[in-house]
Amino acid sequence: MKHVLVIGGGVAGMEASVRLSQMGYAVSIVEQSDKLGGKLNRWHSLSPDNSNASDLLGKLKSQIHQGIHKHLNTEVLSVIKNKLHFVVGLSDGTDLKTDAILVSTGFDVFDAQKKEEYGYGIYDNVITSADLEQIFRDEDELKTTSGTAPKRIGIIHCVGSRDEKAGHTYCSQVCCITAVKQAIEIKEHLPDSEVFCFYMDLRMFGRKFEDIYRDAQVKHGIQFIRGRLSEAFENPDGSVMLKAEDTLLGKPLKMNVDKVILMVGMIASAKTKKIKELLNLQIEDDGFYSIADTHYESTKSSVPGIFVAGACTGPKTIENTINDARAAAIQISEYLKQ
Amino acid sequence: MKLEGKKTLWKEYQKEIASDNYFYARSCIRQNFFPASETTFLRVLREELGKTIHEDARHTTCTGIVYHSDLVTIETTMTVIARQFSLMTQSGYLNYVASCITSFGLYTEILDMWEHFPEMEQKAREMLWKATKREFEKPKSLAHASDIIYKFRNEIAAKSKYKLINLNTGQPLKVVEHIGCHYSKMFPHKGIGGAEYPYVLVGMIEAFGGEVVDYPERRHCCGFGFRQYIVKANRGFSIASSRKKFESMTPYKPDFILTNCPGCPYFLDRWQYAISEMEGITYGENGHGIPVLTYEELTGIVLGYNPWDLGLQTHQVAVEPLLDKIGIPYDLSQKYLGSDGEFIGKPEKPSVLKVY
Repeated sequence: MKHVLVIGGGVAGMEASVRLSQMGYAVSIVEQSDKLGGKLNRWHSLSPDNSNASDLLGKLKSQIHQGIHKHLNTEVLSVIKNKLHFVVGLSDGTDLKTDAILVSTGFDVFDAQKKEEYGYGIYDNVITSADLEQIFRDEDELKTTSGTAPKRIGIIHCVGSRDEKAGHTYCSQVCCITAVKQAIEIKEHLPDSEVFCFYMDLRMFGRKFEDIYRDAQVKHGIQFIRGRLSEAFENPDGSVMLKAEDTLLGKPLKMNVDKVILMVGMIASAKTKKIKELLNLQIEDDGFYSIADTHYESTKSSVPGIFVAGACTGPKTIENTINDARAAAIQISEYLKQ
Repeated sequence: MKLEGKKTLWKEYQKEIASDNYFYARSCIRQNFFPASETTFLRVLREELGKTIHEDARHTTCTGIVYHSDLVTIETTMTVIARQFSLMTQSGYLNYVASCITSFGLYTEILDMWEHFPEMEQKAREMLWKATKREFEKPKSLAHASDIIYKFRNEIAAKSKYKLINLNTGQPLKVVEHIGCHYSKMFPHKGIGGAEYPYVLVGMIEAFGGEVVDYPERRHCCGFGFRQYIVKANRGFSIASSRKKFESMTPYKPDFILTNCPGCPYFLDRWQYAISEMEGITYGENGHGIPVLTYEELTGIVLGYNPWDLGLQTHQVAVEPLLDKIGIPYDLSQKYLGSDGEFIGKPEKPSVLKVY
């Protein structure tokens, strides 16, 4: 039985493993953390249907049967390619002989502290979209650090995305819809609050995204201000002063809010950079892996026998990540049948 | 506000600062605005720290003010700067120290430009040679004078006679700091602490025993901003900028404002008088203003120098309330006497702002 090694046990890695196993291949997953699921472990609900992230995670995990060998808390230390196989050395002492490798090393969340002027890690009431998901997941209430319910909340789009200064000029795709989803969730939790979204463009590309954006305005009264935040500052009472330009009105704007949520984008993961060296893969200027053909071979890497899937080739929704994983499984199968 | 978050950032913005043998270039305007600051800097370095610091009377403006007013070309600016460097080279020094923030920013900008466009450096060399038959080496180290005081802040603190402690309460004095725009906003990694949460003045305040107070409009312009003031019709923007800062910092009741730029202390000091005359508003305690200090003046204060030798009598906002808080003695009868003992004139009393 031919063997496939999957590096990275997030959404793409799990889905591809299941599909490859169903096709009759022996599969091993190497995951650096102590559990499968990747970022999904830390998310509360998903756009556009507001479904529970735990449900999807459970569904993905339930398909990982005993036949799929899991190496948790494990890293890839070495890879040697001979004529027919790859020999992979793992940090748990295993040496694996594999016929193909799928890299699904995912993404890292942009470190909001790099946007120094927004004050994450410095101002008490500035959090990220990932922090808010954790709050909702833990069934906590969104509160100010003084323990009160925030009355005005500012949501800042494109933090670390489409930002030359931050070193990431691309769009992270999921932040706009996540911002709208979170804005609605906040209004549902705190109906008396005012929520303001500061955006550059709203990229509602997915099915039903535009409908949710409309609902946010019409049903929930969420206010959308076209303007990028220039800076934030903490007031004596712990509230946060935001400075921006309303580019529709053509006027500078100053606003005090009780809580700020930064919509952090996706960046190439640290693991992507590490695995690149071991496998001799190519990455592009944005830090994500190169693919053989954008339209036709989007899961094939520059090295024969090595494939890529999920957010390690660029920001993706979960829907697209799962589709990518399935496409990779098919492409790997075609390669192994050659 | 989380100090730990700031400390994380501060670690990312540190730079090498030469430890001795400096070539010092003065500012065009500081000697008029705060006349003893540069002299105090030289005194501290030579007498307190035992450093070698050289200056050359032939040095000129860096062209900063006219450069940022779009009145000279980049070729003129870089040739003038090349000449400054040639004076340094001729004197046998490699560690250039600028008194002026705008000069520091402009030297940084020109050196960065030469690194990316070597043909521009070559052009500067050719133009300097044609005009003066001079040659130059680029500085091995470029620092602003406040970087030097920052570097030796702990040594200075160890020699200090006074701490920034309120004599009556025993509590640290509350200080707001304001960094000149050209210190690190253009090149954050060339400034201690970066651009958003600069540390250069914070480090001094902490070392001298004070407590730094951050306030919402800390990053806002001091009110100079070149065109805001130099173009007379724009001066309303200038005073409005300063006023915005005062309104923002006043709730924190700062004991003084610390600055490291030629323009900032001038405008933050003088506009307090203008606002008091225009609107009847004062921002300090008991009808006084909030004293504004240069970092050299602060250094001289903690070292116990005579306040009038530091030029504190030339401030519009009275500094005496601050001296009283720290417990520094001063002789008002000597306030308006020059170093030769001659009376230098006494300003009229403002109608609103309380002075001594």
